[in-house]
Amino acid sequence: MAPTDSDLSGRPVVMDVFRFLPDEETEPRFQRYEIPYRDDDVVLDALNHIKAEVDATLSFRWACRMGVCGSCGMMVNGEPRLTCETFVNEFHPEPIRIEPLAHFPVARDLVINMEDFMDKLPTVKPWLVPADPKPIEEGEFLQSPAQLAAYKRFSMCINCMLCYSACPVYGLDETFIGPAALALAQRYNLDSRDGGKAERANVVTSHEGIWECTYVGDCTRVCPKEVDPAGAIQMAKLSYATDWVKSMLLPGG
Amino acid sequence: MDRHYVRKLPAMWWLRKRTYLVFMLRELTSVFVVAYALFLMVVIWRADDPGSFSGLFDALDSPVGLVLHAIVLAALLFHSITWINLTPKVLVLWRDDEQVDPRLIAGANYLGWAVASAVLAWLVLK
Repeated sequence: MAPTDSDLSGRPVVMDVFRFLPDEETEPRFQRYEIPYRDDDVVLDALNHIKAEVDATLSFRWACRMGVCGSCGMMVNGEPRLTCETFVNEFHPEPIRIEPLAHFPVARDLVINMEDFMDKLPTVKPWLVPADPKPIEEGEFLQSPAQLAAYKRFSMCINCMLCYSACPVYGLDETFIGPAALALAQRYNLDSRDGGKAERANVVTSHEGIWECTYVGDCTRVCPKEVDPAGAIQMAKLSYATDWVKSMLLPGG
Repeated sequence: MDRHYVRKLPAMWWLRKRTYLVFMLRELTSVFVVAYALFLMVVIWRADDPGSFSGLFDALDSPVGLVLHAIVLAALLFHSITWINLTPKVLVLWRDDEQVDPRLIAGANYLGWAVASAVLAWLVLK
């Protein structure tokens, strides 16, 4: 039988929520909420229940509720997760600790400032840079299923930034361009329609780029879209290093 | 950004998650790889002088020597296995329209490791 609102009287769940109100406090604190939940509630539902019924001052981001928009990423018991895909049942009866995405500055409560990521993303030119521009009259760029398969996995990124929260390299050094942006660079480098690999090299192979990655691999583990940023970065290392060796051995070639 | 709250990673961040710890162990065990490679070079260098060579081996043929070797072996196995398991991520090969099975790439590395070890064992033990 489908759960109804009457089930709300059933099991309570304890939520320890990170609170930071920049106009009133200099230090964050944890606020405990004890709320009822239904079996099919996700953590985002629980937060929306708090916001609607218990404490309207709580701030957090969300939009689609179906794992597509990438807005509702938060630390759930220390792990970066999309809260719309994380069921309360997974933790019950233990309390659930909710924090804003790690490594980013906190603007208010569970809302992080994502400017750093937004500034970095366009620097790797995550769009098609055709080797030979061709006029629209000449038609589309054709691609075989194998050519699509070469990069498709890396194109599933929804910019949720969970990978940045999982990456200790980014946590220690915020100049690191980071998993999602570098994976997108490699996604376009692998695209048969793209010719922008050399143009991206300046940023991608800079000190803040692929070579700063030490391959912890946690970005890949937490990615809700199975993008495998760590794999993409290692592929980029091999690919650019091969280019460099070739340019040394074949000057002018 | 002045009104933002900035969280810093603690120095012991790598103890917080199992995945971070495994990464740190993989990195730290590389020290054992280098150290033992240097040690082997010293052994080869001393092979010219039979007296000094057998003296070194007598020193190693002790409980301390055995324990040290067991530690180094464990570190090298951990490093090599975690390293080889990552190789299919770096080397993604395509045969016509199909991706080469990642297990094949890791397997080739294991095979190379086994062959190299067997050749070395044959050279040392023959």
